[in-house]
Amino acid sequence: MLRAGSLRGRLPARDAAALPGISVRWALAAVLFLVVSVLLGLAIGPVSLGAGGVTREVLSHVPLLGVSSPLSPTEDTILWELRAPRVVLGLLVGAILAAAGASYQGVFRNPLADPYLLGAAAGAGLGATLVIAYGLGGSAGRDLRPVAAFAGATAGVAIAYALGRSVGGGRSTTTLILAGVTVAAFLTALQTFVQQHRADTVQEVYAWILGQLETSGWGDVAVIAPYVLVSSIVLLWHRRLLDVLAVGDDEAASLGVPVARVRLVVVAAATLGTAAAVALSGLIAFVGIIVPHAIRLLAGTSYRIVLPLSLVVGGGFLVLADLLARTVIAPAELPIGVVTAFFGAPFFAVILRTTRTVGP
Amino acid sequence: MTALAVERLAVVLDGARVVDGVTLELEEGGWLGLIGPNGAGKTTLLRAVAGLVPYEGSITLAGDEVAGLRRRQLARRVAVVPQLPVIPPDTSVLEYAVLGRTPHLGYAGSPRAADVTAARSSLARLDAAHLADRRLGSLSGGERQRAVLARAVAQDADLLLLDEPTSALDVGAQQQVLELVASLRAGRGLTVLSAMHDLTHAGQYAERLVLMDGGREVASGRPHDVLTEELIARHYGAEVRIVADEQAGIAVVPLRPGVAAEERVS
Repeated sequence: MLRAGSLRGRLPARDAAALPGISVRWALAAVLFLVVSVLLGLAIGPVSLGAGGVTREVLSHVPLLGVSSPLSPTEDTILWELRAPRVVLGLLVGAILAAAGASYQGVFRNPLADPYLLGAAAGAGLGATLVIAYGLGGSAGRDLRPVAAFAGATAGVAIAYALGRSVGGGRSTTTLILAGVTVAAFLTALQTFVQQHRADTVQEVYAWILGQLETSGWGDVAVIAPYVLVSSIVLLWHRRLLDVLAVGDDEAASLGVPVARVRLVVVAAATLGTAAAVALSGLIAFVGIIVPHAIRLLAGTSYRIVLPLSLVVGGGFLVLADLLARTVIAPAELPIGVVTAFFGAPFFAVILRTTRTVGP
Repeated sequence: MTALAVERLAVVLDGARVVDGVTLELEEGGWLGLIGPNGAGKTTLLRAVAGLVPYEGSITLAGDEVAGLRRRQLARRVAVVPQLPVIPPDTSVLEYAVLGRTPHLGYAGSPRAADVTAARSSLARLDAAHLADRRLGSLSGGERQRAVLARAVAQDADLLLLDEPTSALDVGAQQQVLELVASLRAGRGLTVLSAMHDLTHAGQYAERLVLMDGGREVASGRPHDVLTEELIARHYGAEVRIVADEQAGIAVVPLRPGVAAEERVS
């Protein structure tokens, strides 16, 4: 994602015929943040493996290095079968939520937009609640829940988009956002009704809504990875068009951009990734807002910069948040949404206070 | 050769015929000024030419119907400077000018070195090369307008549409911007169609004027045929004195209605 070409951006001997891309400093910082988050996520847990131990175990799988793993077979299993899938799931979910949030902010020119803006959260919530409340108990219900959440999220956005298009012809972003609010309110009403109707499941529904990265192993990762990959590629591909949309629909159109189509493609891609993430992790709040904005404030506002860095930093951020979620009150777990907001909000406040103000 | 031909153009917005049967022609390299009171339909006419609103009648660019051109093809031939451009405050002037290259890139293509160079030379042409690294949010009104013009010039289109290009600028910046447009026209053979509020400037810079009122064309011709006390009184409801000056050409001087000069001085 961080192509060598864009890394050249702010080197001292700057090319007058190139636009500044991601500065070397921020590219390195983002990658370092990701690597450290992953190492900590792998190393820390009920059985401590140590960052050094994890590093040597990983290197022992690289041929010709001659590094031998210090981990016992049990520790090896803990690392590869328990922690690694969860860390990778966190990476994927965090990356796509941050990138989808950034894209939504661009496509709606609204700094408060997040991936749930058009009814993805409400739809997923309704889907999951229906399964939890009326679904089969046991493993069948657990298998069905992601499917229902995914279907609910995509259906919610599709209905909101169709409603917005039918009223505003796709011309006004405000119409689309209002349609999203309308659909979300309606779906949330249904969800609350179902939840109250089956009061015995309230706790389980609530836990799902706050989000968690519980995983049963690599299977979950394999399910979500293709969606995240496709969604990321499409969003990255549109990064320059998101910059053009910053001058408004009319001017973008007069610059030759098919605005309604670009918006549809970006919303569809962001929704696909978000729905897949939500299906497995519940409604993790805040990542889609805080990560892109922190990047804008620190590294630059062009989507050439914001989108790739959101993927990297969003992944690292969620792995760290998950680490806290499962260690702070161990052996119990905090919902990860609580962690992202509790630690993310003050951090964001600091960035906000120490930098200038920036729009979407 | 005819760069732009508009025939019996009508635009209906929310049931109102905002432009109603306008016919005009613009030669290659010419400058046509649209004047008329607020709500006369000037902006809507420009938007129709830019392909931004559906229309009835015909608008052709060197023979090609605007409605039949693809967005990107149209954007390579027509550049627009809107009345109130949306200014992303944290974008640098250079990046903003590079946006003008969008119609020359693929669907989601990235600007190449040649595009950045083209944007830099547009900035240079507008005496804005030194602003390249500044953020748009930090520019003065005149500097900002030059950045917007640079973006339009980078688009490399033959027809430039200007919607009140000098509103909200002080008189010095107004003059500077209009002189730059005049020099672009002379230097690059740009054809200019502009809606103008300031009648004196309209008379000084445009070769021909079209006076619009209520969506219709009510007068057209050379500035001294259109800028008459009688026409301006009838269509603007304003009392003005037309001053013809060797050097200034035509100046349109507003009077205070019903107050004689002696009273105003005392």
